[in-house]
Amino acid sequence: MMYRLQWIGFYGLVRKEIRRVFRIWIQTLVPSPITMTLYILVFGHVIGQKIGTIQQVSYMTFITPGLIMMPIITNSFANTISSFFGARFNKSIEELFVSPLSNHLIIIAFVIGSMTRGILNGLIVVTIIYFFNPITYHILWLAALIILLSSLLFSLLGLLNAIFAKKFDDLNVVLTFLLTPAIYLGGIFYEIHSLPPIWQAISRFNPLYYLIDAFRYSLINISTCPWQYSLKLLLILNFSAYMACYYCLSRGIRIKD
Amino acid sequence: MIAYLTSFDDMQVMIPAINLQQVHKQYPNHTALLPTTFSIASGSFFALLGPNGAGKSTLINILSTITNKTSGKISVLGYDLDQQQAQAKLLMGVVPQEINLNIFETPIETLVNQAAYYGVNQKDAISRGQYLLEKLQLSEKQAAPIRTLSGGMKRRLMIARALIHQPKILILDEPTAGVDVEIRQRIWQFLKQENQNGLTILLTTHYLEEVEALCDDVAILKDGQLVHQSHVHSVLEQAKHQSIIVETHKPIKDLPNLSPCKVKQIKPHSLAIELPQSYSLNQLFKQLTQKNIIVTQVRQETNPVESLLLEIIQGKPA
Repeated sequence: MMYRLQWIGFYGLVRKEIRRVFRIWIQTLVPSPITMTLYILVFGHVIGQKIGTIQQVSYMTFITPGLIMMPIITNSFANTISSFFGARFNKSIEELFVSPLSNHLIIIAFVIGSMTRGILNGLIVVTIIYFFNPITYHILWLAALIILLSSLLFSLLGLLNAIFAKKFDDLNVVLTFLLTPAIYLGGIFYEIHSLPPIWQAISRFNPLYYLIDAFRYSLINISTCPWQYSLKLLLILNFSAYMACYYCLSRGIRIKD
Repeated sequence: MIAYLTSFDDMQVMIPAINLQQVHKQYPNHTALLPTTFSIASGSFFALLGPNGAGKSTLINILSTITNKTSGKISVLGYDLDQQQAQAKLLMGVVPQEINLNIFETPIETLVNQAAYYGVNQKDAISRGQYLLEKLQLSEKQAAPIRTLSGGMKRRLMIARALIHQPKILILDEPTAGVDVEIRQRIWQFLKQENQNGLTILLTTHYLEEVEALCDDVAILKDGQLVHQSHVHSVLEQAKHQSIIVETHKPIKDLPNLSPCKVKQIKPHSLAIELPQSYSLNQLFKQLTQKNIIVTQVRQETNPVESLLLEIIQGKPA
């Protein structure tokens, strides 16, 4: 009986979260493709033609994996933040925690909503890039797996941010001061070997470097570290982020008195 | 879910709807609720009263699991709220004090979403939602964004939301706060009907006439402590006196002697009269008629529940 109840509740929450993505599509599905189109035009075409090739591929081809990954990461992160913190702000989140729905299913439902937004943005960007530059793949299943795990990770991190944020200003702190620098220093636009040694060392502490590197390998067969290592790191980070979310919701941190 | 819930019907007679054993809430800097023990009988309409900060909302929030208790045990129709939380939660519907609706949704969307959290499928939720919206006179607004609803409509929607999964117990934390008289009366009527249909209701309110009109039992909290619990009718019976205000046709120049009643002039046309419990209104009116005082209006000055609450809170007769 309880399994059926939990399933209906979970399905209802997933439906609500996905509907939210489409209801506010101007906020959720339009900005990233516009930004990425500008990146493609400015970096891929204008600057890319002057740079020439990196590891025997055109600059546009080199940055394509990063340009696909960037909207997936930022949208997955932003969606759980806005959806969960919005519900916390108007206190409608209390209705979820008063209900018999399990904390695991609450986390998974919010994450599915965010992954939907993240991956949809990624697909839109893939479509846009396709008009400028052919997209190839080296290992398709690895590309799909890295997209899923990256979207999952940043949805969970967004949820953690939304749990701990006290006010709207707190929502931008992580995005502005941590995530954006990490994305730009993650090797989307350059090879890590082109950095000075000290920055190369620092970059190796940036998890985004590994997931972009592995994704680049899965698409164009270029990498600077073994993809197995990146995959393991992604799995560990996902597990840790999930457990942190579950701990916070179970203890009612910032939700219950 | 319906089959699951109806299996409790026979048990309900014997098992208290809510049973609290030494429930205690301690914050780092203050005690919100001292160890409190009491039960709410199944099918009753139970009022929880007390001044602001007495611990009413803390108790309600502990019951709805929004606040973690420091210690104690709570059972809901026999289900332990800690060990069998999902089963216990399924039996309760909660209307919080603050309006906590998602203003971007419509009433029917809110009800369908809420129903899903309790395992009610979409089809059943829509028909149940429409029924509740009709009962609470919100049908016309079912597809309007919640942000366009008035305060009274939002309050009624919150009641509908709490009842969408057909709970056995409804917990209401000041459901009529800030609601105009007409809508308050409609809400009362609806709640009374639901209670007559077997729903156990726990209500906190500052409107004491609400308690007198609706409730069977009353408990009073003061400084986080349960200081009184009784049947409302026994409070009414035990009232030592009742105070009424009479409006007179002509201004009163000399204060009449209406022994054994105590009389006080409030305005030229108004007298406040305190009647002993044994003295009837008929006897009073007989005296007034004998003194050629024509009464145009009568109203109650304080109700017995209010007197009891004031006695307990202030520690002296009102």
